[in-house]
Amino acid sequence: MSEKKELLSGICLGSFGVYVAFEALKLPYVSEFGPGPGFFPLWIGIGLTLLSLLLIVANLFGSTAPENSKSQSRTAIGRALVGWSGLMLAIGLLHWLGFGLSLALLAAFLVLALEKRSPWVAISVAFGLALGFHAIFVLALGLSLPAGPWGF
Amino acid sequence: MGFSVALTPENLFWCFVGVFLGTVVGILPGLGPAATIAMLLPLTFKMDHTAAIIMLAGIYYGSKYGGSTTSILLNVPGESASVVTCLDGYQMARQGRAGPALGISAIASFVAGTVGVIGLMLIAPPVARFALRFGPPEYFALMALGLTMVVFLAGKSMIKGLLAMLVGLWLAGVGTDLFTAESRFTFGQMELLDGIDFVVVSIGIFAVAEVLVNMESRGGTELFKVPRGIRNLMPTLKDLKDCRFAFLNGSVIGFLIGVLPGAGSTIASFLSYGAEKAFSRYPEKFGTGVIEGVAAPEGANNSETGGALVPLLTLGIPGSNATAILLAALILWGIKPGPLLIQDNPGLFWGLVTSMYVGNVMLLVLNLPLVPLFAQILRVPYFVLYPGILGISIVGVYSVSNSLFDVWMLGLFGLLGYAMRKLDFPAAPLVLGMVLGDGLERALRQSLMMSEGRLSVLITRPLSAAMICVALAILIMPLVNKVRSFRVKAVEQDV
Repeated sequence: MSEKKELLSGICLGSFGVYVAFEALKLPYVSEFGPGPGFFPLWIGIGLTLLSLLLIVANLFGSTAPENSKSQSRTAIGRALVGWSGLMLAIGLLHWLGFGLSLALLAAFLVLALEKRSPWVAISVAFGLALGFHAIFVLALGLSLPAGPWGF
Repeated sequence: MGFSVALTPENLFWCFVGVFLGTVVGILPGLGPAATIAMLLPLTFKMDHTAAIIMLAGIYYGSKYGGSTTSILLNVPGESASVVTCLDGYQMARQGRAGPALGISAIASFVAGTVGVIGLMLIAPPVARFALRFGPPEYFALMALGLTMVVFLAGKSMIKGLLAMLVGLWLAGVGTDLFTAESRFTFGQMELLDGIDFVVVSIGIFAVAEVLVNMESRGGTELFKVPRGIRNLMPTLKDLKDCRFAFLNGSVIGFLIGVLPGAGSTIASFLSYGAEKAFSRYPEKFGTGVIEGVAAPEGANNSETGGALVPLLTLGIPGSNATAILLAALILWGIKPGPLLIQDNPGLFWGLVTSMYVGNVMLLVLNLPLVPLFAQILRVPYFVLYPGILGISIVGVYSVSNSLFDVWMLGLFGLLGYAMRKLDFPAAPLVLGMVLGDGLERALRQSLMMSEGRLSVLITRPLSAAMICVALAILIMPLVNKVRSFRVKAVEQDV
């Protein structure tokens, strides 16, 4: 698994390096002021590609031996991705529902879906956090946070 | 003269207001001292100028004290200079040592902050003249030296550390080109024309990624253990003894870097951490919760404020956003900073310097009693703390420029940080690359412009040549050690 991880990292970053170098080539390497906007990214792209190749080669010849070689549980990663999806959904709702309600929904989702707590706990956490954030950041500190149709 | 000005009841009051506001601003991620000083600037027009500059400077250096709190407790860096504090500070919190970490941070801030003020008072003019000898090649060499800190931040794989650093350098280049105003890597998004804010990246890959990692399993009722009893929540005498060199290292590096306009507290904190690790008896333990790993960068971060006021007050050159606004304030009040400031406005200059001593004492008195209180945050059940951290992250990122696009980016960088954790890529080199990328590119291109494309300009000037030599030595050191250990192994196998 760890070898696959290394190979995957090397391939992804190598491809990214090629992309950066390719895009940098579309920008002027030299401008009338000296080095152009493509100068620095081109070398970054080349560096990324070469180091990724080194990572792949080092992995193939077994000279890198990461200690953390135990395989990652799919369930664990799945739980993290569910949490991340909840976060992204809450971010998507910020524009429509405002910060307070979006945070309350995110908190309720995490408490219910990931932690399997009772609905009462979820509701308490959701409202407690939403009220606490509104009191500290909006009322006390006067920060402007995304507001929903009801003004908070 | 300074004490007679700083110790008047009115100036003491405004000093307290400044350092208190600074502490609050420092704790909140995203809301930096520059924005707060700018917001309060109109209120100072009717104030006495000395009282006003004492208050505004209090916000500036007070914010440095608060910056470490969220880094240590929640792995949320409140500002760029606090990123390094996350590395060992958060690990200390996980081991039930949040109190000592917060305490040593306050003490290091006090010691180094005071050293910075002494430096400002005693050696300001000659140091400022020395700083003026820094041209683009010297700045490039300094940034390159900063980048070599990747050696100390890379962890187990140097290749992965360098790759993460290059991604950071690339991220720093996203947006409008510094010289030609051409857009680079913006993917057609208008919001990316201004570049990607550092706060978005650092909060994403540190705080959000940490929450995602912790979501992998259902936790207990408490996230971390917090020991009971005030004695267990404060640094011990042994902690203080262990940190004595870290205090010194942070104070000196922070002040010297602060004097250089544009270098900033982030590079000071990274360099100080790297120096502390390089000369430590147990460098391999750094990143696992070593108290010196908190004291050195926090000290550097605070000593830098004293250094940053040197070019501002003696030459009228601001080195950061916050000092630029302080400069604007002085000019708006009709005061001209520069070599004649001490002569023309002795009350203001010495009053400000002395108020910084008083302010540092106030900050220590204000922050140390808060340590046990802040440490209690970790007693909050994990299912309340996680959404709370995500909420603070969103507020921190949104308050930078009131942009929902930035909040989307936060989510994406959170996923990137999580993937990096899973693939054993260190996050700190990415942040290092991102912080230094802009300055590095600017200095390199300016150097090449002034030398008509000759790279030799970087090694023909003594200061830049010296720094590049040190940088190369730092880069080559691990390779030499590796070759040596291979030889030892080979000899052992032969035997």
